[in-house]
Amino acid sequence: MYHEAALPRRRRGRRGSKMAANMSNVEDIRSRVLLGEFGVKNVHTTDFPGNYPGYDDTWDMQRFQKNFTMDIVDLDENCMEFDMVGIDAAIANAFRRILLAEVPTMAVEKVFIYNNTSIIQDEVLAHRLGLIPIKADPRLFEYRNAGEESGEDAGSEIDTIQLQLKVKCSRNPRASKDSSDPQELYLNHMVYSGDMKWMPIGNQADVFADANIGPVHDDILIAQLRPGQELDIIMHCVKGIGKDHAKFSPVATASYRLLPEITLLEPIEGEKAERLKRCFSRGVIHLEELNGKKVAMVVNSRLDTCSREVLRHDDLKNLVKLGRVRDHFIFTVESTGVLPPEVLVTEAIKVLMTKCQRFLNELDNTDME
Amino acid sequence: MAGEGEKKPVLEMVQADGADEGCVTFVLHDEDHTLGNSLRYMVMKNADVEFCGYSITHPSESKINFRIQTRGGIPATEPLRKGLNDLSDVCQHVLNTFQVRFCILEIGRSRCELTS
Repeated sequence: MYHEAALPRRRRGRRGSKMAANMSNVEDIRSRVLLGEFGVKNVHTTDFPGNYPGYDDTWDMQRFQKNFTMDIVDLDENCMEFDMVGIDAAIANAFRRILLAEVPTMAVEKVFIYNNTSIIQDEVLAHRLGLIPIKADPRLFEYRNAGEESGEDAGSEIDTIQLQLKVKCSRNPRASKDSSDPQELYLNHMVYSGDMKWMPIGNQADVFADANIGPVHDDILIAQLRPGQELDIIMHCVKGIGKDHAKFSPVATASYRLLPEITLLEPIEGEKAERLKRCFSRGVIHLEELNGKKVAMVVNSRLDTCSREVLRHDDLKNLVKLGRVRDHFIFTVESTGVLPPEVLVTEAIKVLMTKCQRFLNELDNTDME
Repeated sequence: MAGEGEKKPVLEMVQADGADEGCVTFVLHDEDHTLGNSLRYMVMKNADVEFCGYSITHPSESKINFRIQTRGGIPATEPLRKGLNDLSDVCQHVLNTFQVRFCILEIGRSRCELTS
């Protein structure tokens, strides 16, 4: 019964939204992404004015504010998961892209190598130093002017952080004679990011007295030395964005997925129910005992990975409808530790506003001319 | 025209010969899909707009061509301005909502710490 009702409906949907007969389906096309056996359907946003008769799709701020919700699901020092509901993918994706590439951070940009007798080449060492996350609030610094490249250390207290790495390896005089363990034989033979010491410029020592500027992690291995080898390096950290170089990206990862939606079109019992449960991630389907029979129920579709495994079972594939909610974004933001994730999100939103403002100002200026 | 002279241009307007003000290609310098796609969505939500689309001219050029064609001879700058304003307002609302949710979470946590 259910099966037959479901099939023609799906067929009608493919033909589009023009026919008045399938109005019940229009809502589905507008708000859900359909996960079918041979492809994903209704992927694109279609709710633009003039696309659907009977719908007013022009932009309405009040309606947006009424429908828009956010919910922070999980938050710790470096990770955050939050839901953003009632917004279009174009804007959610803009936030994601900005998090990856346009929220500024500080990173090592210039490396002055006074001495490097280790086996790591200067350029490789400089690259490794660049990738180390530097804990310093980028909002308190300015971008360094690209025009002033001429002076070698033209950095000033408002745009540069200076770090020093000065390590020399030596033999451990107290090591036992027949030892072959490097840990025991040598002193300072492992150079860690924790050895990078902050050298305040100008008034930085007072301004950032309690900021504790330096690498986020102290245990990143930079190089290994042997007795007699040494590193003598001064680094300049500047403000930059991930678009320029990935070392400036403030996130380890920032991504979103759409909320999965699983609909059972008719009751599924017994062995079928057991099999159905195994098609989805753990915790998605629950088997309830009803009149001595096990009946399948969807309890938490959020946990599903949308593997579409169920569509490989011929007797099950027509009993379920798999989809995703088009405007429900589950964001995951994982910071590198430079800034807490909630600050990264607010900064990302501000970046998009600044972009808009830049062109609004430009429009105003051109009108006056 | 915008940004001529020694400064780098931010926004340029390109019109075909004989086209009216309603058919304009805006060149947005130093922008990509981030602003392009979100702004296109906001502009397409405007009923006065007949067509809106954008393209990235070349991977090694950091600019986009943003095309707007309006209905009824409305100047194309108007939907562009409305789109930018709407997008900015959306961001402001998202920011406010996020900060409220974050404060609620923080208050809840500090209360948990107090009681436990």
